[in-house]
Amino acid sequence: MNAHDPKMSADHSNEIGMYEKRKAVFPKATDGAFRRFKWLVMAVCLAIYWGTPWIRWDRGPYAPDQAVLIDMANRRFFMFNIEIWPHEFYFVAGLLIMAGIGLFLVTSVVGRAWCGYACPQTVWTDLFQHVDRLIDGDRNAQLRLQKAPWGPAKIARRALKWGIYLGISFATGGAWIFYFADAPTLQTEFWTGTAAPIAYATTFVLTMTTFIFGGFMREQVCIYMCPWPRIQTAMLDEKSLLVTYKDWRGEPRGSVKSALKAATPLGDCIDCLQCVAVCPTGIDIREGPQIGCITCALCIDACDKAMADVGRPRGLIDYCTLDDAEREKRGETSVPILKTVFRPRTLVYLGVWSGIGLALLFALGQRERMDISIAKDRNPEYVTLSDGSVRNAYTLKLRNMESRPRTFRIELRGLDNGTIYTDEMDSTAARRQLTVEVPSDTTKPVRVYALVPRGSAPAEFALVLVATDKEGGTDISETTFTTAQGNGQ
Amino acid sequence: MSKPRLDDATGVETVGHEWDGIEELNNPLPRWWLWSFYACIVFAIGYSVVYPAIPMLDTATAGTFGWSSRGDLDKEMKAESVRTAAMRSELDQASIEQIATDPRLRRAAIDGGRAAFKVNCIQCHGNGAAGSVGYPNLNDDDWLWGGDAAAIHQTLVNGIRQPGDDATRMSMMPAFGRDGILTAPQVQDVVSHVRLIAGEEKPSASAQRGAELFTANCAVCHGANGEGSRAVGAPKLNDAIWLYGGDRKALTQTITNARYGVMPSWGNRLDPVTVKMLATYVHSLGGGEAAPAPAADPAAPVAPVAAAQ
Repeated sequence: MNAHDPKMSADHSNEIGMYEKRKAVFPKATDGAFRRFKWLVMAVCLAIYWGTPWIRWDRGPYAPDQAVLIDMANRRFFMFNIEIWPHEFYFVAGLLIMAGIGLFLVTSVVGRAWCGYACPQTVWTDLFQHVDRLIDGDRNAQLRLQKAPWGPAKIARRALKWGIYLGISFATGGAWIFYFADAPTLQTEFWTGTAAPIAYATTFVLTMTTFIFGGFMREQVCIYMCPWPRIQTAMLDEKSLLVTYKDWRGEPRGSVKSALKAATPLGDCIDCLQCVAVCPTGIDIREGPQIGCITCALCIDACDKAMADVGRPRGLIDYCTLDDAEREKRGETSVPILKTVFRPRTLVYLGVWSGIGLALLFALGQRERMDISIAKDRNPEYVTLSDGSVRNAYTLKLRNMESRPRTFRIELRGLDNGTIYTDEMDSTAARRQLTVEVPSDTTKPVRVYALVPRGSAPAEFALVLVATDKEGGTDISETTFTTAQGNGQ
Repeated sequence: MSKPRLDDATGVETVGHEWDGIEELNNPLPRWWLWSFYACIVFAIGYSVVYPAIPMLDTATAGTFGWSSRGDLDKEMKAESVRTAAMRSELDQASIEQIATDPRLRRAAIDGGRAAFKVNCIQCHGNGAAGSVGYPNLNDDDWLWGGDAAAIHQTLVNGIRQPGDDATRMSMMPAFGRDGILTAPQVQDVVSHVRLIAGEEKPSASAQRGAELFTANCAVCHGANGEGSRAVGAPKLNDAIWLYGGDRKALTQTITNARYGVMPSWGNRLDPVTVKMLATYVHSLGGGEAAPAPAADPAAPVAPVAAAQ
């Protein structure tokens, strides 16, 4: 990458190995506005991740009381007072589309903000780097320890650090399973060894991925494995805010001392390398925008501190668009921040994003908590009875999506001389309306026969499901009635 | 292919491939990638030792785990028979009438019967049990030998016209035309009468002549009004259902040569539980009849037949 020194490579061109060893990164601790913002985001993200499964939500006696629950066995998704059935999965698809467009929106405004602040890989890597500092000390101490030969002290430190890594990883992997079952019950089962094997397998796999990705692979995941940075570079344009080293102000760089000796005035960059030292992916932002930059903005904090120390204005490294960079180079003023953020492209994204969101909310408010669907028997299509009347059979699926048992009425609409009865009734009791009890939160299959007297023609008709309780509600589904006449016999 | 050279911008060697001026840099791959690759190789070696992997002439290496897809199936079938054993023994002990009245047993029997039907019965009666010419439709309310669960069960156990089964039942229709009992015109007259009582034709002189012939030759089994008799398996003729077709040509064939339907006796071929399940399933198809009232005891008041539930 850009880290290659051309001269070095030229000298050793015959010695390029097949594989490149990772250059370990030991980011220095820093403080500043962006570091504090990252602390906040980390705290919020981790609190949401670990806390959510433990929130309780009363849904009455027939439904689970966990606020967020993906109930695979019963094929239900609970989210506070929303309950999603498999046939309503388009809500989840809609949320995913919103997440996608939301990323486009954020990326077009502030570049790789997702990578820099909210991505789990970033959050957990950040967490593990704090562990590094806690156990091994800051950057220089870590570098020393890395170079030090293996001895009792180093082994002890490594064992302690990796143990903490493993503890965090286990807590991470273990928390995931609580989204899929009642958390307090599963926790008891987990520790008593009675939980489902899949719970242990999932915990193990996610513990190991957290341990390896967060503890050891770190920035390599972002640079080599993750497709999102590559896609994001296509989402950026010249009006997106990027972490930018303002080279027109900083160059030529040189220390304060060398500036005093220099014949021509030097730029503001004092070449203190603080921006490189704090970078969690180990790049030099002064080489310009690059794939390794996750825009965590820690170099802005570091540089601001250095500038304050030497009494120069802050913002040598700062969020800046490519357009503004050109302007500032020419000595013009930059575009106001609001104008940068609210431009046609971002407004279109915002419009689409909120449009889908509103449509989903509207659909959520409109949906009936009951449903009828009809599957007509195709084999045989019709049955002629001995008195010449014709019978068709249908399998009805009656969905009661409320968490209480309900009584429904099935009404026959159309098929003027027809009657209906179920397979649990005698055909002599056939009539135009039936009453069915459906237990809470279930789909009840009901087999219904429709009967018409001899000489009737094929017809289309509808079955209407009516809730007889005070909440009411109806759903209607159409089907066809077949007779021999329909087959040209 | 051009000669590998050092790229000016990056100082990295090119691999020497060039496409329209675009060259590929020989950047090293990351080390973790190499280790993942080695790990895959190790896994593959282990996998091919423990699982069937290497093809030979007519088989493959078995693998030390002894796994096979047939073995998997075998295990699943065994597990399934363990799972269903309790229900099967319950069904075994219950009578066919008890199964018909117990919703839990009935539901299980219908599910099992549906599966057994697909294996044993659809060859003649069709996938949807709708039958075809000569093979009764089991969805309707017309039964040759009775449509309550016990009657269906008996038909299944002993079959129809099954050689070697003493309890098998058979209908005995004379070949009226072929054996010279009726002349060809007389057969046509009987056809007219049968179509009249079935509501297919209007009264005619032929039908009138046929009525007398019917009374003399057919009514003994099919009944005076063509209502049929389940005791001897004589079909009901005054309804809308025809087993062998109700047009003149088919009826002429039937009366001339008679019809002798056949069904295997499943009691010899399937276990008793499966036969019970099949009977319950066929009974559930929409034409099943309620069990007849218990044999009439003249002293006892007649109980009304259980009707609508």
